[in-house]
Amino acid sequence: MFETVSVIVGLEIGTSKVCCVVSEILPDGSLNVIGVGQSKSSGVRKGEIVDPSPTEHDLRNAIAEAEHMADVEIRSVYLGVTGGHIRGFNNRGVHPILSDDREIAAEDVQDVIKNAKAINLPMENTIVHTIRQHFLVDGQGGIQNPIGMLGAKVEVDVHVIHGQHNRLQNPIRTFKGLQLDVEAIAFNGLASAMAVLGNEHKELGALVIDIGAGTTDYVVYSNGIVKHSGVIAVGGDHVSNDLAVGLKVSMARAEKLKLEHGAAMVQPEDRGRAIALKNELGLPDKNINIEHLRRIMSLRYQEIFELIEQDLDDAGLMDYLRAGVFVCGGCARTPGIAELAENVFRLPIHIGRTNAISGLKNALEQPEFSTAIGLVKFGSLQQKQRTTRNSLSGGILQAVGSLFRRG
Amino acid sequence: MNEETNDAGKPELRIRVMGVGGAGCSIIDRMMQDDDFRGAAFAAINTEKVDLAKSFAPDKLHLECKMLRGLGTGGDPELGRVAAQEKLEDVKRLSEGQDVVFLVAGLGGGAATGAMPVIAKTAKEAGALVVAFVMLPFELEGGRRVKQARYGLEMLKSAADGVICLPNQKIFKLIDDNTSVMDTFRLSNGLLIDGIRSLWRLMTRTGLIDIHFSDLCAVVRGRRAESLFASAEADGANRARKTIDKLISHPLLDGGRCLDEAGAVLVSLEGGADMTMADVNEVMKEINRRCENANVVFGAAVDDRYTEKLNLTLVVTRRDSRDEEDAVEAGGSPSVDAGVQSEMLDTQFLNNKSSSRPKSRLVPPPPEMSEEKKQELLKKSNGLTGNGKRIGKVRQATLPLEIVSKGRFDKTEPTIHNGEDLDVPTYIRRGVGLN
Repeated sequence: MFETVSVIVGLEIGTSKVCCVVSEILPDGSLNVIGVGQSKSSGVRKGEIVDPSPTEHDLRNAIAEAEHMADVEIRSVYLGVTGGHIRGFNNRGVHPILSDDREIAAEDVQDVIKNAKAINLPMENTIVHTIRQHFLVDGQGGIQNPIGMLGAKVEVDVHVIHGQHNRLQNPIRTFKGLQLDVEAIAFNGLASAMAVLGNEHKELGALVIDIGAGTTDYVVYSNGIVKHSGVIAVGGDHVSNDLAVGLKVSMARAEKLKLEHGAAMVQPEDRGRAIALKNELGLPDKNINIEHLRRIMSLRYQEIFELIEQDLDDAGLMDYLRAGVFVCGGCARTPGIAELAENVFRLPIHIGRTNAISGLKNALEQPEFSTAIGLVKFGSLQQKQRTTRNSLSGGILQAVGSLFRRG
Repeated sequence: MNEETNDAGKPELRIRVMGVGGAGCSIIDRMMQDDDFRGAAFAAINTEKVDLAKSFAPDKLHLECKMLRGLGTGGDPELGRVAAQEKLEDVKRLSEGQDVVFLVAGLGGGAATGAMPVIAKTAKEAGALVVAFVMLPFELEGGRRVKQARYGLEMLKSAADGVICLPNQKIFKLIDDNTSVMDTFRLSNGLLIDGIRSLWRLMTRTGLIDIHFSDLCAVVRGRRAESLFASAEADGANRARKTIDKLISHPLLDGGRCLDEAGAVLVSLEGGADMTMADVNEVMKEINRRCENANVVFGAAVDDRYTEKLNLTLVVTRRDSRDEEDAVEAGGSPSVDAGVQSEMLDTQFLNNKSSSRPKSRLVPPPPEMSEEKKQELLKKSNGLTGNGKRIGKVRQATLPLEIVSKGRFDKTEPTIHNGEDLDVPTYIRRGVGLN
């Protein structure tokens, strides 16, 4: 009767890989990851699809693999989006209470949230998320739920994440070409944060940086709510490109070198070390200076961190990150990146591992799946909201049913 | 003819003014009514008998020959030349005993164009300083006349000591749509007369800063060049600035361009008794700045008519490169009497340096071309041949700015953050060297 979705699927169309995570909802409401599928992505640059046909092909592969592993048919997914065009900012909505008894009702809350959404966005932009931060009743802030309180005016602070409409539609359209549904879209950074942060981190204040291949997404939580978000369209691809240019090797070679010998910090013992590359015949071809390699990488990562730090500084949030910085995403595997981040942020650094989700261990351990897992979490929250909205009708039936059962 | 000295003790100069051709004669008629030209001996020279009869000049010379039979040349300079040749003796008689001969004509027609060079040569041989004041025809008068005028001008330049031209075409910039034809011609004649007047006064009157005739003579002789002239006047406060600004932008001076190419400049400044040193300085500073390579001859005069006003006249010579060989050294010192308001005194001033100066002359009127030739040239300049195919235009290709290849990001939208392109490797942007 009431269709309870048994699996939640999160799909991320990333720059280096397309990743699909299938998870089931256990009776107690928690999540269990049962299948992961991934495929190397070839039509995506800087987090956005530039070539739909190879992307479609990769999507099919990833979904097929996940379906196979989870032994379930995937019908709809929660899709992650990112891109350099995505911006986040805080906004406040105001709504006067007009009823005689000055009691704040649910409709007032909805109205004020609607007001908060009515922002002057640029023409081509649409809102991806409107995240409630907190309410204010007659100027008194920090209120989580104003329903039932008395007041003349209710305001809400929201964090709005928006992006260009067309660029957001591209992945949706590509996906729909596969005869599958998109339940909702979510910002990748938010998803990663959901996966990586526990409640206490969110309360203390934390910055989550997802350094992927195409983009670096970051989200700041404080006092349990999202305070700030952003995207820089620089990622692991830029690091490889830097290496290709700086060491004068091909892109593929550069990638390999990055993975095998790369590090985010230059160690004193690297000086003078060189790696001999072998050509196809196995004979020594070229010498690569390790120090240069690591220096190039270090500079690039350092720049990314510095840009984020600058942004947070401008927003005045650097003092609110008591739990520290969480780095996830593929580039979090780079040796020494925690040390580099510590130098820049001067805060405790954690390499993000998924939190509070059980299931396939090897999937959860790896930082590059944090987005897809986060999407699953996002999906489950959405579902919960939906069921509570339907709870009225569900409640009556349950009551009737229980009458009968008792009867 | 009078030997009496004038006020400052300058010996009176004997000046003969001869109007040649139709335009020339009508101009000298006008001049004769002007008080400024008292003391000059006027003569009218023409081929048309009827026109000549109308002139008020005391001396008349009818250029006739068997071919013309008392009629005009019909616009043929050859006929004018022949006629003048026939009357060489008479011309000589008119010029004899004169210190200066001013020849006035409108080039383009037959009489003036053909006769002027001959007359100039003869007058010069008779021992006078010959300065020709000529008008160049309007372009509307037709290609042939314009071409003839040009040719005549060239001949005249080698025959006379100095040639001052007034290209009528430039008058258009001084008139508006409502000016009548009569008024336009009157204006153009008037400008020429002003030019003559300036030179006249230079030679006959004294001023604050004098030029002696001998200096001028030495300077003028032996040169072939054309000149342009213009004058401007202003009054009130800042009149020095206003005047010089007006003059620089005067259409007859090509908006100041010919100043840059000037070989020699004659500056005549006229003001009232209240003319200050500062005014003079301001004017001369600007002129000197613009004509750095030119020989500047400066003169100033005080005239009660110019109280509260300032009148600046400039005669600019553009040097002919052919003159480089017969350049005569003269004392290019500014011992000038610019008691004259010479509109344009274009005479050959000394070119003592800079053989690097390009040969420059007045911009000639467009050459006569048949209609189809014009079309062809027009097409060529637009890069099309007759067939409509494009002739390779020389196009400067733009070199790409970035020397760093973007590798993977060649075709993507660049990530610009705070004006920096983040796609360019960080180590390059930060200038970290790898050795």
